[in-house]
Amino acid sequence: MADIKQLQDFATQVRRDILRMVHAVSSGHPGGSLGATDFVTALYQEIMEHNASNFNMEADGEDAFFLSNGHISPMWYSVLARSGYFNVSELATFRKLNSRLQGHPTTAEGLEGIRMASGSLGQGLSVAIGVALAKKLDGDSHLVYTLHGDGELDEGQVWEAALYAGAKKVDNLIATVDYNKQQIDGSVEHVMDLGDLGAKWKAFGWHVMEMQGNDMADIIKVMAEAKAATGKGVPIVILMHTEMGAGVDFMEGTHKWHGQAPSDEQLATALEQLPETLGDY
Amino acid sequence: MKKYTYTETNDTRSGFGAGLLEAGKRNKNVVAMCADLIGSLKMDAFKNEFPERFFQTGIAEANMIGMAGGLATAGKIPFTGTFANFSTARVLDQVRQTVAYSNKNVKICASHAGLTLGEDGATHQTMEDISMMKNLPNMVVINPCDYNQTKAATLAIMEYEGPVYLRFGRPKVPIFTPADQEFKIGEALMLNEGADVSIFATGHMVWKAIEAGEILAEKGIDAEIINIHTIKPLDVDAVLKSAAKTGCVVSAEEHLRNGGLGDNIAQILALNNPLPMEMVAVDDQFGESGTPDQLMTKYGLDTKDIVAAAERAVARK
Repeated sequence: MADIKQLQDFATQVRRDILRMVHAVSSGHPGGSLGATDFVTALYQEIMEHNASNFNMEADGEDAFFLSNGHISPMWYSVLARSGYFNVSELATFRKLNSRLQGHPTTAEGLEGIRMASGSLGQGLSVAIGVALAKKLDGDSHLVYTLHGDGELDEGQVWEAALYAGAKKVDNLIATVDYNKQQIDGSVEHVMDLGDLGAKWKAFGWHVMEMQGNDMADIIKVMAEAKAATGKGVPIVILMHTEMGAGVDFMEGTHKWHGQAPSDEQLATALEQLPETLGDY
Repeated sequence: MKKYTYTETNDTRSGFGAGLLEAGKRNKNVVAMCADLIGSLKMDAFKNEFPERFFQTGIAEANMIGMAGGLATAGKIPFTGTFANFSTARVLDQVRQTVAYSNKNVKICASHAGLTLGEDGATHQTMEDISMMKNLPNMVVINPCDYNQTKAATLAIMEYEGPVYLRFGRPKVPIFTPADQEFKIGEALMLNEGADVSIFATGHMVWKAIEAGEILAEKGIDAEIINIHTIKPLDVDAVLKSAAKTGCVVSAEEHLRNGGLGDNIAQILALNNPLPMEMVAVDDQFGESGTPDQLMTKYGLDTKDIVAAAERAVARK
């Protein structure tokens, strides 16, 4: 049984890390990072079977996660470090010269936990399908998880991949859409209305679920249901309702913090709302 | 001039198909995928022999490249198959991020490259593909000359760990390299030792370079002919050694002059040993419909064009 409080404390520390990392270099993407923190925390701390201490690129005999919207890298780096993939002190190098923690995730620097570069959007679902097919060939019953931005769904490749997974019954795959309804130029509705998003995925042959992505208890419950729904000839997509900027009152629910770093004062205000739980890096 | 003969012709894509089948037999991690061009790419034999290791992706090349990146991540050796234009320009950013930058063991196998695709015209005739692929860090670029060499190259890239672009074509061309050849990535092949001019040819232009060498010999010009099957990494030592010996150079390729093999040879010469050089390649333009032979003539990629280029190069010494 998941310890919700423990997961929430972990997520709070991740949020502190995100804000401090982005603030330190005056660049990065705090909004989406904060919104997706609870989900990725739950994945690495509760949901996935994975081996942090002995990173295996091929993900043999373990679950694999692919972050398709690579710009929310500070969140992923923090979760990976605090899950044991690499030393937490390395978070201080984010976006700096000669760092393994590039602005967008990459395999080029040998950072444990990263299996594919992402940043140019729309490519992660295809990658995840490839890994899922390899697991089927190898008789490995572990699952492949992804996270995508909702704005990212504008990219045509996502729908090529969605068509493939539905048609070819890639049923060891759980894709998640961070449905915060914000993208760089404004609201998703304003920039490129996704319409009935669930109906679109359903029409492509996917089993569609919904989840409250800033509610740890709901994440644990829905992800357990999603796992139980794998292996039935249908890929699974979760429309995860989140608030961009979740956890910091003045950042919540607006696209303005998509790619904007907080000032010294804003950082101080934000950190007051997020008490240190696991120790800052 | 060393004598080269042939008894058969075949298309290089069939060499790929035969090599892929053999690769599948040798290594169970080899998987193949195709974007609705199985017949054109000659992938039927692999598909029939290993149906569970073959993935039909439909006409969705971006997804195919991404899936290949995923399969490679998980330890497979994916060979993707579609036309050269759809293997490169159509998916350049996918190849860049998911294959080249991520340094995945993906083999991008591209048929119908160049003008010899013929009647379909410029929408399908890529003459820019070498340029795009060679400019991606980590990417190896190979353009073999006949059926046997394409088969050998297909097996060699299976053994090589890393991203590869393998370029081949549609028309039947003479088979003049040995069936049992060992293909060494990055090692230029000396076809004829000569003293007067170095001709560096790649792909379908290699046979034409041999034909040109025979004509040049009749004219009293002793041409050295070298098969550059690997455009990247280029065999710099072979280029410099031959150029120093003959004192002038010709490059020959079924590609635009901008960004092709000739560009790289010119760069090596300019930096190390500036010498007269002529390029047999296509000017800055798109192709058109026509038979392969008609197009090669109209766009200046005939045997006679190599002869003329060699004579110009010798005259500039």
